[in-house]
Amino acid sequence: MSGRGAARSRSIRSRLVLQLAAVAAILSLAFFLIVRVVADRAAGETQDNILAASATAIADALYSVEGQVALELPYSAISMLGTISEDRVFYRVAAAGETITGYGDLPIAEPQRPGAGPAFSTYDYRGEAVRAVTVMRPVSVGARRLDVAVTVAQTQLGLAAISSRITGIATAIAVGFFLVATALSFWAAQSALAPLDRLTQSVARRGPNDLRDVVTDTPTELVPLMGALNKFIARLRTSLSRSEDLITEAAHRVRTPLATVRAQAEVTHHRLQKPEHRKAMREMIRAIDESSRSAGQLLDHAMVTFRADSQERADLDLAELLRETCERLAPTADLKDIDIVQDIPEGAMPFAGDRVLLQSALHNILDNAIKYSPPDTRITASARAGAQFELSIADNGRGFSASDHDDPTARFSRGSNVADIVGSGLGLTIADEVARNHGGALRIVSEEGEGACVSLLLPAA
Amino acid sequence: MRIAAIAGGLIFALWSGALLAFEVEDHKIYAADPQTDLLRIISTADLDAFAPIIEAYQAANPGVTVDYTIASSTELMAALYDERAAFDLAISSAMDLQTKLANDGLAQSYASAATGALPDWAKWRDQVFGFTQEPAVLVISQTFFAGTEPPRSREALINLLRNDPERFRGRIGTYDVRVSGLGYLFATQDSRNSESFWRLTELMGGLDAQLYCCSGDMISDVAGGRLAFAYNVLGSYAESRIADTAGIEIVELEDFLSVMLRTALIPNTAENVEPARAMIDFLAGLSAAPRLTAASGLPPIDEESLRENNALRPIRLGPGLLVFLDRLKRETFLRSWTSAIEQSP
Repeated sequence: MSGRGAARSRSIRSRLVLQLAAVAAILSLAFFLIVRVVADRAAGETQDNILAASATAIADALYSVEGQVALELPYSAISMLGTISEDRVFYRVAAAGETITGYGDLPIAEPQRPGAGPAFSTYDYRGEAVRAVTVMRPVSVGARRLDVAVTVAQTQLGLAAISSRITGIATAIAVGFFLVATALSFWAAQSALAPLDRLTQSVARRGPNDLRDVVTDTPTELVPLMGALNKFIARLRTSLSRSEDLITEAAHRVRTPLATVRAQAEVTHHRLQKPEHRKAMREMIRAIDESSRSAGQLLDHAMVTFRADSQERADLDLAELLRETCERLAPTADLKDIDIVQDIPEGAMPFAGDRVLLQSALHNILDNAIKYSPPDTRITASARAGAQFELSIADNGRGFSASDHDDPTARFSRGSNVADIVGSGLGLTIADEVARNHGGALRIVSEEGEGACVSLLLPAA
Repeated sequence: MRIAAIAGGLIFALWSGALLAFEVEDHKIYAADPQTDLLRIISTADLDAFAPIIEAYQAANPGVTVDYTIASSTELMAALYDERAAFDLAISSAMDLQTKLANDGLAQSYASAATGALPDWAKWRDQVFGFTQEPAVLVISQTFFAGTEPPRSREALINLLRNDPERFRGRIGTYDVRVSGLGYLFATQDSRNSESFWRLTELMGGLDAQLYCCSGDMISDVAGGRLAFAYNVLGSYAESRIADTAGIEIVELEDFLSVMLRTALIPNTAENVEPARAMIDFLAGLSAAPRLTAASGLPPIDEESLRENNALRPIRLGPGLLVFLDRLKRETFLRSWTSAIEQSP
């Protein structure tokens, strides 16, 4: 769980989207609240205005007759309150606390001095909350001046209906805004991170040999990263060319003196008379052979690794390549009286590959077979073309021990039954790497004591 | 002990007196057998008109015993407003009083598919539901107007009275709005709709108009030849009488026709709400039962007729109706009306 959490927090895109969505949510909520407050206030003010207009219209209709305050209630003053909603309406006209007409128990909004604007208040009346307004109007009755309070009250059903309608609209708009903003933030994150994707692709697309500087069009923010990357590539380039040089250098420095030593040892061996000295010299030659071979194979392996990276493909004929390999190793086989039987069909087996690598692979497989075969036996080199090319070397040697749990193609791994023979354990590793580098595989079929068959499988075009 | 008994009796007398303080005109129980429910209606509508509706309602809602009390609209108001008498349904032609009951919080809300189908002008607050539309019409004597064209508008009527006053003297009938709630409702709506109302009232007063409490008497007097015409007669009554009364004709004036809606509401004091709601649904659906409305003589709510006849003006339910119930307004209106209609020679 923590791993997933960490992965999520490490993604710039999801963090960006989440943050933008959070901002959108906050803005939506703020929008919703503002619309509600403003709309509620506007609706409330509208009701207040209508109530004030109604009360004023009633106050305007006040007059005095025969020493009494009289009123002809204007029809429109009350009916206008019923035009928008079906709210209950109450009114009261009172002078000096005495009701002239209307609902005698309707509270007067609040006592205030005459001449001031209408006074509003909200209270419960007859089981429902009402909004009430009181307008004060002085009326001259004879010599006296009476302050008449006109109160009009209305329930808030219409207000609630308007409020709920506006809430519905505000909710819909806020949700819509949030969804659109979230979708846009996805898009924004995508486009903000696009240069990063472009950089990734331009690096991933390059061939293994391509160590040029990266020169994609990048935004300012990525320029330092690009600089660091290019510096790193430059260092890598230097380091690689250095090791390339080292391989070539080592090939010369090791192989040449060893060959000289071996030649000297051969000469010395012929000159020696005493059997024990000759035996010692033979041991020495054997050790030199082992070193020379190991050095050769190490260099071969290094070369394979290096060439595999560069992948220089050329059109070649696998049948011819196998024939050549057999010819080249025939003298070595003759020394042990081993007969190499070529079972190679007429006709070319065209293949696009690295000639040097394939040669090295076949050489190593055949060389292995000769080395581990007992004298006076037979090795069969065969080539088959089908869904894939199959180049096989079968021997009558001791095979691979069943107790060898390790892969025989692993680097420096040797069978447990070959301790008496010169070898580095790199031969099959090289063959395997070459096969895989060409999109193929190395197949080893073996039974201990029955001989082994090692096949290089390569895809037919 | 005796004093206590007397006091007890007195209290009982006062209590029962208070209970029955409003005046009942008629009372009938439509018993259901077996009875599962009870519906107590207080209504201004005559049994002749309402009996077919009650019977059809009972057929649709078996087991409901209907207890039907008839009272005038003023008494109905007294029963519900002042005495809070327990009735399950109040049916009245006094739209203003029904509106006041609802406005003052004495009615229950109810909404159903049937009430939802009613046009907006036929209901208020989901508490007052109109189920008939009955225009105020002019009923004329055929013999009096034989050979002449009856007036088609109030202006025409005014001209007729001006041109030939002596022919009409003492032969004009209208409601005494001081005693008839319906007459008051029609008169106040007329005064709101047209300035001609006061001129017409002045003219009628000058021609010694006869004042009536009820539509029925006016129609009888028109039919009997004592009146040339009766103004602001309830159209539905006139329609129901026209079949068995010779010599009368109904004239629907073309300038405007005040349309009264008979309304039903469920008072707060209702004890059997379910059958009352069923009755409201039943009444709201009357327009789909033409045979029933023909039998009862109550014309149902018909929005189509309003589109066909522009003169029809249904009296609008709502706070506007409270204005003419205002004590001062009513006094002023009645004073003006009285001085117009009662002109001492």
